[in-house]
Amino acid sequence: MSAAAVPAGVAQPAGPVEPIRRARRRSLRSFILPTYSWLVLIYLMFPIFVMIAFSFNNVPGRVNAKWYGFTLLYWRHPFLLPDLTASLGLSVKIAILATVITAPMGALLGLALGRYRFRGEGAVNFLLFLNIAAPEIVLGTGLLTMFASMKFSLGFWSILLAHIMFCIAFVAVTVRARVVGLNMSLEEAASDLGADALTTFRLVTLPLIMPAVVAGALLSFALSVDDFIITDFVRGPSITFPLYVSGATKTGIPPQVNVIGTILFLVGVFFAIVSAILPTLKGRREAKAIRKDRDAVPDAIGIPMR
Amino acid sequence: MSTSGVPSVDEIVKSGIPVFGGEPVRRKPNRRKKAVPYGLASSGVLWLLVFFVLPSFYMLYVSLSSGLLGTQQFTWQWSNYTSQITEFQSQLIRSLYYATVVTALTLVVAYPLAYWIAFYGGRRKNTYLLLLLLPFFVSFIIRTVEWSFILADNGFVLGTLKNWGLLPKSFKVLSTATAVIAGMAYNFLPFTALPVYVALERIDPKLLEAGKDLYANPATVFRKVIWPLSLPGVFAAFLLTFVPAVGDYVNSALLGGLHTTMIGQIIQSRYLNLDYPRGAALSFLLMAVLLIGGIAYAKALGTEDVLETAAR
Repeated sequence: MSAAAVPAGVAQPAGPVEPIRRARRRSLRSFILPTYSWLVLIYLMFPIFVMIAFSFNNVPGRVNAKWYGFTLLYWRHPFLLPDLTASLGLSVKIAILATVITAPMGALLGLALGRYRFRGEGAVNFLLFLNIAAPEIVLGTGLLTMFASMKFSLGFWSILLAHIMFCIAFVAVTVRARVVGLNMSLEEAASDLGADALTTFRLVTLPLIMPAVVAGALLSFALSVDDFIITDFVRGPSITFPLYVSGATKTGIPPQVNVIGTILFLVGVFFAIVSAILPTLKGRREAKAIRKDRDAVPDAIGIPMR
Repeated sequence: MSTSGVPSVDEIVKSGIPVFGGEPVRRKPNRRKKAVPYGLASSGVLWLLVFFVLPSFYMLYVSLSSGLLGTQQFTWQWSNYTSQITEFQSQLIRSLYYATVVTALTLVVAYPLAYWIAFYGGRRKNTYLLLLLLPFFVSFIIRTVEWSFILADNGFVLGTLKNWGLLPKSFKVLSTATAVIAGMAYNFLPFTALPVYVALERIDPKLLEAGKDLYANPATVFRKVIWPLSLPGVFAAFLLTFVPAVGDYVNSALLGGLHTTMIGQIIQSRYLNLDYPRGAALSFLLMAVLLIGGIAYAKALGTEDVLETAAR
């Protein structure tokens, strides 16, 4: 066991280990596991690569089935098919409305669960748990059965009501997770300084939970735009983007679907990256500002305590 | 210490501003404070009660009715359940079988990935998680359609291999059980990897060091420390994969054939044919199984892991 073979900072097992075994272990850690993981990640992304590649396919007709050659034709005219464009418009409209309605409801629910202890809390948690774990087909058939029994006409409104239903739980748990991790004594400080409940909420609580609300809202939007099974049951005559795609499988998927799928993908990735990076940047800026304040008034915190 | 301009102690107490070192002043009536969480939770809970819980009762009610939509009547028609179970026994068993294989497969594939991200992800952990979630930014219907396109009998993969003579001309993947299971495994993989990751990420690295210090080799550390601590995540993964997989009908519809029909497709066709009572019976059966499994799971392990996974 030569000391040179031990890399700095790596905890070594006590006791003698033959070099070969250690080398094998290191190869598992530094080669096999990462390679395997990257292969799985590539496998996960493979259909996305194919979707993007075939959006540049020079398809002679409507059916995008094999590679014919490179073209930008469909990127220049992504909205050429009126049915497709209409379905996309409907999907986006429902997703925006569902997000706008869900975000405050889910945020307040998440705040209640994360911030307070109350009777029935366990039941509410279990309700969210069931809602998230339930197979979509059960949610879809249940809603369809209820709407039909009430003679509620299916279409835009039934889809919107359904989408709000399956988004609430996701916003609530996202906000709850954030609230649990926060130091809520700031709220007490605000009310100690004379702020009433509403002012405390507006100036202290809301800014603190806002990142989680935004993350939950983005998740809602993504879930809503993507939903197929529940929408399939409650749609009536309306056709959303996923429904259009599934309907088109019978006659062949036009390349515009690939173009629009790619655009949605890029928009989603953009928002995900922005929402991941923003809090870090903001945190850094705030930390800097605090440091500056502290340098300017060195004993500002200490004096009144003496 | 009272000088002009500074309020007296009495005034301060009356105004409700707490004084340093004094007794904390209670200002708000307790009952109003108790109502706050109910007020906050009410709109969301109400929505879930009306559009999630209530429909289940409608489903139970209709599943005990007879007749097609429009002429439906409540008749305590228990035979809806018994007849559907016997008639679609093979589809039910197939659904459970596919879901079991898919769950086992995704766990085996996802566990090492989750392990790698949790323990060796380092600073790039969030990037890897983003990559893991990347498929969600493409509609799952498009992803499934892309697989049917990739695996097509004469598509760019199988067609090429056949042209090179590496595969017999009659070889096919689509419309076989393999295609359906592979499609589902693909779609559920992130749902399996995430909860396992959440559980692994929580493990204190000091425990692993402690294991090493106690002369455990890495295999033993894994067996005695990591694996038991990751079990809640594994069970959450099981729940989040198995339950939706049983009810899935998209993969079998797009990738499968005549002999891969799953129970979800039967339920869908029942509803399309306006035979709501029997469709509701099958669907309610599925929900009852979930409810029992869900309650057992929540009682044993709590709802925390699943909710935490969903929060990511």
